[in-house]
Amino acid sequence: MSLGPHADFIVAAYAVTIFVIAALIAWVVLDYSTQRRILGDLEERGVTRRSQRKG
Amino acid sequence: MPVIDLANPTRFLNIVNRVLPWLIAATLILFVIGFYRVMNAPDDYQQGATVKIMFLHVPAAWLGMFGWGLMSVAALGTLVWRHPLADVAGKSAAPIGAAFTLICLITGSLWGRPTWGTYWVWDARLTSMLVLFLLYLGVLALYWTAEDPGRGARAAAVLSLVGAVNLPIIKFSVDWWNTLHQPASVFRMGGSSIDPALLTPLLIMAVAFTLLFLTLHLAVMRNEILRRRVRSMRLMQAQKLAEASA
Repeated sequence: MSLGPHADFIVAAYAVTIFVIAALIAWVVLDYSTQRRILGDLEERGVTRRSQRKG
Repeated sequence: MPVIDLANPTRFLNIVNRVLPWLIAATLILFVIGFYRVMNAPDDYQQGATVKIMFLHVPAAWLGMFGWGLMSVAALGTLVWRHPLADVAGKSAAPIGAAFTLICLITGSLWGRPTWGTYWVWDARLTSMLVLFLLYLGVLALYWTAEDPGRGARAAAVLSLVGAVNLPIIKFSVDWWNTLHQPASVFRMGGSSIDPALLTPLLIMAVAFTLLFLTLHLAVMRNEILRRRVRSMRLMQAQKLAEASA
């Protein structure tokens, strides 16, 4: 596959797209683990939501 | 299961946890097929290999607009019906839509330099797309800086509805004004003007990017629901401490 005389522009476009999407995915994954960790910490300390309370 | 059950965040989280692995698998499979078709797609008779940028630029542009459309529908849900997940859906779509709009602007610029001889011109299509990106930044600023999340959500919903005016301007800008940007070539009266050898990989990539958008959107919504749980638990903890010390 030859990208011709403008290969730099094509490669740059794909690189930028991959970078932006990878950053988005990384943010989503990190945010998920952060929220799960904080929720776990709060539950360990006995803090519960109203819907979790018995009775 | 009635659709109204989706309004329950816990039930929604259960559904998301079940659906996400399948969505991720479908997205990956479509991207593998899409990239294979892109690599084997012929060069354009005028633009040569730079047409390969189209397979990123066009889906990103569609999804940038789709994201704002989604936020506008969610804004109606927030302001009119006060649906519990509407604000979560709107807030979660904003960073993803902004990312796709940014990809559209950068790849368009990189496509424009070898094709038009310039990275940027202030024509109607490019400018209205830049306005969309700035609107995304405005909505994100409202969500992320508001001290009261409820007020921030309502302000963002109003901006989402007002900003929806920009969507038809983006779509029809190439018809209403003289632009350097080419007119519509995929969805147009009389059918697509793109050769099937280029149109097929473009549509496969568009479906793959759409699945990626939906996958990320559900994942960000899940994070947002968890974040709100953390917030309400912290508030309850603070209330308990205040009552104990009183």
